Amino acid sequence: MAELIAKSPCEGLLPLDLGQVQAREVVGQPMALVAPFKGAAGPLGAALMAAHGLSWPDPGKVVQGQGCQLQWFGHSHAMLVGCPPSDSLRTHAAISDQSDAWAVVALEGPDAAAVLARLTPLDLRDSQFGPGDTARTELFHMSAAITRSGAQSYQIMVFRSMAGTLVHDLKTAMQAVAARS
Amino acid sequence: MRVQSGGLIDRNTRLTFRFDGQSYQGFAGDTLASALLANDIRLVGRSFKYHRPRGILSAGSEEPNALMTIGQGAYAEPNMRATTAELFDGMVAQSQNRWPSLGLDLLAINNLAAPFLGAGFYYKTFMWPKAFWEKLYEPIIRRAAGLGALSMAHNPDTYERAWAHCDLLVIGAGPAGLMAAKAAALAGLDVIICDEDTRSGGRLNAERLEVGGLPGADWAQALEAELRAMPNVRILLRTTVTGAYDGGTFGALEVLPETVARKTGGARACFWRIVARQSVLAAGAIERPVAFRNNDRPGIMTAGAVRAYINRWAVAPGRVVTVFGNNDDAHKTAADLLAAGVHVAALIDARPDATTELDVPFYPGAVVCDAHGSKGLEAITLQGPKGQEKISTDCLAMSGGWNPSVHLSCHMNGRPEWRDDLASFVPRAGAVPGMHAAGCCAGQMSTHAALQGGLQAAQVAAQALGVDLPDLAPPQAEDAPYRLAPLWAVPGKGRAWLDFQNDVTVKDVRQAAQENFRSVEHMKRYTTQGMATDQGKNSNVAALAVLADATGRGIPETGTTTFRPPYVPVPIAAMGAGAQGKGFAPERLTTSHAASLEMGAPMIAVGLWYRPSYFPRAGETHWRHSCDREVAHVRQAVGVCDVSTLGKIDIQGPDAGALLDFVYTNTFSTLKVGRARYGLMLREDGHVMDDGTTARLGETHFVMTTTTAAAGQVMKHLEFVTQALRPDLDVSFASVTEQWAQFAIAGPKARALLNGLLDAPVDDSNFPFMGCGAVSLQGVAGRLFRISFSGEHAYELAVPARFGDSLFRLLVARAEEMGGGAYGMEALNVLRVEKGFITHSEIHGRTTAFDVGLEKMISRKKDCIGQTMADRPGLSGPEREQLVGLLALGNARPLTAGAHLFKTGDEAISANDQGYITSVAYSPSLGQFIGLGFLRDGRARLGEEVQMVDHVRNVKTTCKVVNPVFFDPDGGRARG
Repeated sequence: MAELIAKSPCEGLLPLDLGQVQAREVVGQPMALVAPFKGAAGPLGAALMAAHGLSWPDPGKVVQGQGCQLQWFGHSHAMLVGCPPSDSLRTHAAISDQSDAWAVVALEGPDAAAVLARLTPLDLRDSQFGPGDTARTELFHMSAAITRSGAQSYQIMVFRSMAGTLVHDLKTAMQAVAARS
Repeated sequence: MRVQSGGLIDRNTRLTFRFDGQSYQGFAGDTLASALLANDIRLVGRSFKYHRPRGILSAGSEEPNALMTIGQGAYAEPNMRATTAELFDGMVAQSQNRWPSLGLDLLAINNLAAPFLGAGFYYKTFMWPKAFWEKLYEPIIRRAAGLGALSMAHNPDTYERAWAHCDLLVIGAGPAGLMAAKAAALAGLDVIICDEDTRSGGRLNAERLEVGGLPGADWAQALEAELRAMPNVRILLRTTVTGAYDGGTFGALEVLPETVARKTGGARACFWRIVARQSVLAAGAIERPVAFRNNDRPGIMTAGAVRAYINRWAVAPGRVVTVFGNNDDAHKTAADLLAAGVHVAALIDARPDATTELDVPFYPGAVVCDAHGSKGLEAITLQGPKGQEKISTDCLAMSGGWNPSVHLSCHMNGRPEWRDDLASFVPRAGAVPGMHAAGCCAGQMSTHAALQGGLQAAQVAAQALGVDLPDLAPPQAEDAPYRLAPLWAVPGKGRAWLDFQNDVTVKDVRQAAQENFRSVEHMKRYTTQGMATDQGKNSNVAALAVLADATGRGIPETGTTTFRPPYVPVPIAAMGAGAQGKGFAPERLTTSHAASLEMGAPMIAVGLWYRPSYFPRAGETHWRHSCDREVAHVRQAVGVCDVSTLGKIDIQGPDAGALLDFVYTNTFSTLKVGRARYGLMLREDGHVMDDGTTARLGETHFVMTTTTAAAGQVMKHLEFVTQALRPDLDVSFASVTEQWAQFAIAGPKARALLNGLLDAPVDDSNFPFMGCGAVSLQGVAGRLFRISFSGEHAYELAVPARFGDSLFRLLVARAEEMGGGAYGMEALNVLRVEKGFITHSEIHGRTTAFDVGLEKMISRKKDCIGQTMADRPGLSGPEREQLVGLLALGNARPLTAGAHLFKTGDEAISANDQGYITSVAYSPSLGQFIGLGFLRDGRARLGEEVQMVDHVRNVKTTCKVVNPVFFDPDGGRARG
């Protein structure tokens, strides 16, 4: 019997290495959207801490836990990334598996911010968007979630179906930035 | 002519360029304008209307005359100002608006007709006959008058856009701007400085001035280097701030050097959006010409431009230069020329009390009243206290004073303030929130005043941001007073130019006033003054001074016209960078995209998605062959279709059922776990919004399916409902459209195919019609829904999207083994039309549940959105156009979607309109054309014959009105 073969959203499109920036796909992370039920923020917080060592993130923030992180994803929504959600969360929150729904790309290098500045209106200055900050925003014509994952690194999430456009837009911006040096 | 030494050019780097087919040389650091002047080229263009010979007037972005087409073929870019075009090796420039050549321009005949072509000529002349304007006059006028032409080829250049954010935006890197930037940067603010020039320094690069004991240009370079070393400062050169907008947002155009533009993916220009909490406007000032007879002769330039060419580019714009002005800058110009060893024929100062110590023929209290020579200046005539005198000269430097560049301060509808002592307008404080003017732009005319002004502006900005500035003193610099006596136009006969680019003269402005176009806005439109690409940067103030004089008012009462963005022309390509062609919108591709392309399927766009139209096989020469076969596959064996594009919304929570009851017309709270139900959703106004099936996966867990087109709209609707209408509901939802790859498996052999793949087989007991639940597929957790959009025994199988590609290939292979195969959008459409299933062709926004025959789905046991409004009179009843089926009568007569329906015998006019067709198909199952449409009182007219008339495609067909379910009306095939 034939096997079902898994394929990542950016398969065959990445990595890219242009000038002072690299883009590579982040694959295989479990992702689940967590949305607390009414009045369940307290017990959910306790369950999150007990199961994953996580607290509920403030708007625009990412919280790190044991081998996973909880990324603010809009009003009353957070994305649990890196581990499957514990069943103990399900009594307090709606959990939707999103592991296959997003193309996730890491953009890294000294010019990563310059590349992003061509694609998003986000204020990327260190004082406004430092490591641990995240935003639901635009990336060229797409809705995206952008996270500052390090001093010179960002993580970008767009709909899986738009992976090709994401890579195209990143490449265009990376080429334009590289041409300036 | 190049002066032997000096200048800010690199004499070791020679650049070769072409102008009008001839090869010339310049140096790195030249602009096209300075290189042309260095090669003694004075005639560079023809004027817009009269085709008068024109030369370079200025040395900056205000240039009205020296417009060039730069580049060749598809790369050619028209209307580039030679004064701002950075010279590069291999540049190819062409003059414009002349035929056949710049030297011999036959359209110069317009100049002879000048008495007829003055202000208002077009308005008065081309009134009649009406049709002639569009067909005859306008094309002729447009051909004769104009600027450069586009290549009409696709623009192959790349453009960029980018965002930047800062605490303080400094506009202009002259002495004031640099000083403001330094102070703010030392205080720790994030600073962006923009300057349109290729180097910082502003006028310091064009003057022989010292700042802090250094030549001005060197001081600027040193400070620029100091600022560049600071992490909180960004210096954007070649970047013109083009507009000031709400919320501290500014537009700016950065023109990239040719070396960048030529690289792979390198941009020619970048359009910046800069968001700043505060700004300093240090945009400097633009020198104004004086209007006198024939003041547009090539060789007549502004005095500041002459100094810039001499001092910065080491170019003498003439061999024998005359200087004319109403202020001390004229004297400075004569001194600079003498210092460079250029012969000065005369220094003419309009002020009778002026004196000079320069060793030049000096004419105080005199004005230039005429210029001679046509393709280049040969002589001028001056009118002095002792009468007229003619002086031979090939260049005239003129200065009528300076106009502060108030433009950006007026972009939010503020008007500038008149200052009598300067005879010019300055920015009004607070006209743009958070913007502070400094330097010449604020009327601080000496270098010292500009440096001091920059510091003060930074101080005010810092205060607003709650930051203390370090104690900083301006460096030592000249502080000469600015003395001038206003001089706008020299009286006399003949044409004296105000607006060089649009050929507007003093006479035109006076005529406008005479014909009662006395408001400055009316004068502008009547004469077209200030309406060219330079927006009248040189001429606005002088023109309104002439208007003020003609109407007997003061200048401040006359007022200015409206300053609007952009400050300089911005290529649309820069603003729309990246959005050409497919860049217009993102593409959404399904997981089966690659496999479908491999099968040769043409793709059609469905919103942002791409879906296969059909899957051609060998020997099929027409899409209908493929489509008919695919329909037969589904009806007789099994077909596979990717339906992942339909919206899937995960709805969870104790009140999930209550939410569904509220948004759907029918009831979902009573649905059993493991079952799916078709739902109809109304808008608040009672019309149908969307439809689809919703499955109950658990007690508090539903998955809603929306149509592909309305997925976003429904999601938004649910947000609105839960946030605004029913915040009491404890329910949460998330889009899972992208999480699942979902495939329809339809046909009599659908279950056989599935059971060959599933880890545990399904049958009628565990998956009856409209059943749903979890399944396992080679260990992969999937979801199975027994639903049908084809009327056949059918399923939709969903797996995590990573397996989509693999599963699609597997399903298609299995289906082919069983005598079926993949089917595309065409077959999908035929199958559903045969069954009378609606899509957004039918629920197009103007139809009600009654119209589509589903009014019984509006449950009366509960309330739902749209229920009350759907009950309004006029939204149901015999006067409504109702969904019907239509059968084409006669052999192979096609039906066309969009065609209208008429009673047999009625004339096909809108008064007799009975309805329209929304969907058509050739039904292989029935062997004839069928359609769905809306017919007035249609359900009562089954069996009647009506006429279909398609006025667009010119098709007429007789059809029979039938029940919209053409195939298997009792639905036994889907349930069986």
